[in-house]
Amino acid sequence: MDTELAAQINSLLAAMILLTAFGLLVQRRMNGLLHLFALQGFFLAVSTGVVGFVSGVHDLYISSILTLTMKVVLLPYILHVLMRKLKIHREVETVVKIPTTMLMGIALVIFSYHLTAPIRELSTLVTRSTLAVALATVMLGFLMMITRKHAVTQIIGFLAMENGLLFAATSATYGMPLVVELGVALDLLIAAFIFGIFFFHISTTFDSLDVDQMARLKEED
Amino acid sequence: MKINPFVTEILQIAVLLFMAPLFAGWVKMVKCWFQGRTSQSLFQPYRDIRKLLSKDVAIAENASWIFRFTPYLVFGVCIMAGGIIPVISTDLPLTATADVIALVALFAIARFFTALAGMDIGTAFGGMGSSREMTIASLAEPAMLMAVFAVSLVAKSTSLSQMAIIVSHGHSLLRPSLVFALLAFILIALAETGRVPVDNPATHLELTMIHEAMILEYSGRHLALIEWAGMMKLFLFVTLGISSFFPWGIAQTDDLTAVLAAFPVLLFKLGIVGVGLILIETGLAKMRIFRITEFLGSAFLFATLGMLSFFMLE
Repeated sequence: MDTELAAQINSLLAAMILLTAFGLLVQRRMNGLLHLFALQGFFLAVSTGVVGFVSGVHDLYISSILTLTMKVVLLPYILHVLMRKLKIHREVETVVKIPTTMLMGIALVIFSYHLTAPIRELSTLVTRSTLAVALATVMLGFLMMITRKHAVTQIIGFLAMENGLLFAATSATYGMPLVVELGVALDLLIAAFIFGIFFFHISTTFDSLDVDQMARLKEED
Repeated sequence: MKINPFVTEILQIAVLLFMAPLFAGWVKMVKCWFQGRTSQSLFQPYRDIRKLLSKDVAIAENASWIFRFTPYLVFGVCIMAGGIIPVISTDLPLTATADVIALVALFAIARFFTALAGMDIGTAFGGMGSSREMTIASLAEPAMLMAVFAVSLVAKSTSLSQMAIIVSHGHSLLRPSLVFALLAFILIALAETGRVPVDNPATHLELTMIHEAMILEYSGRHLALIEWAGMMKLFLFVTLGISSFFPWGIAQTDDLTAVLAAFPVLLFKLGIVGVGLILIETGLAKMRIFRITEFLGSAFLFATLGMLSFFMLE
């Protein structure tokens, strides 16, 4: 596989990651969100593998396998079990209407493109052009956390942000040191358990996972 | 052996005129198979057109010239569009006169007059259909232009022939911008040709129809022309998609054998697209009309992402 072709495949995978990020932003159903999240993780894992192959940095293979087990299998499974226990099927409420969210997302993509333009000029890596997509994925995850009211969707937005960060690391510097990546993976796993405990607490206290309910926690004045 | 480009042009328009009903028949046939019904003959659309052509025209008393003029205009516009889109060959004299933006405008003219004719008689259904059609058009056209621009950025030209030639060289399926543009184009083509998630072409159910509501008052040869133009529009959108995203096999010279060799390839592609179209149609249910904004909004999103990824990733 020559560098040219690898760069092209990587670009396509980057485009797919961006597409799934937008999919997460507009998807209303919980199950659809989980599938999209798993799909994003899958594209990320393949992209990391391709970059690892073409750059000769073989640590990236481990990172790719880690992503595959964590983001494609383990985390979606944990979230799925949580949703079944809490009987969540779909989320209707969004703060901003979905077509407006799409336009905001497009604006964010343009913004991240402009932000990363100077870095792309300086970099010599094969993956330099995907940096804009990585930043855009982070921003879109952020936007998702802002525009959704439901606790579980906010968590998925957070995890999508983490996907974006990992992708940014891969495309900017051929990945973080392996120790850091192992640490992040462990953190995520623990975070997923803590989220689970929190979900149970929120839903038993408020009988709903709508985070707007938390406004009731403040003192009366 | 050389073939005059003007002959190719005439040949192509003949292909459009006579293969469009065949394609419509094929789509209906595959749909019947997928739904487990016995299908009508592949040539039924020809018989329908012949029957309608031989019937008398009944026109409402208060119909104006717009009502009488529209079928001819819509039919003519479709033939003109068929002269621009490279169906069997890219070596067409008419492609130099109009690019893809003009093509979008041509379809817009046809739609504008159909909507006017829908309102002309003054029946409630006509007005309802026209208003719905224009709502969809106002969302579909920007998305269509964006999708087309994404392809013309890759081809560095808005000429359809040029786009087909550039895309057919080089492994373009790996280009993110074309993948996004293709996704957007599929959504837009479904909306523009009135296929299932947006409009149901097989029904005259009053509350859901869009295109049928506008042409409800037409009869005889007027109806024949409008129906025929509808089939041509479907055919044109399919060939537009083929020539901008999968142009392999299209004739690129004025060589007779190349032009003739383009036919089986075209038939093969049309057959596959027909099956794909029906897979989409049977897999989806018709949408509520207020969900169409989201449907076409995502088409716009895909098209814009296509343009952006051209700058970002290529």
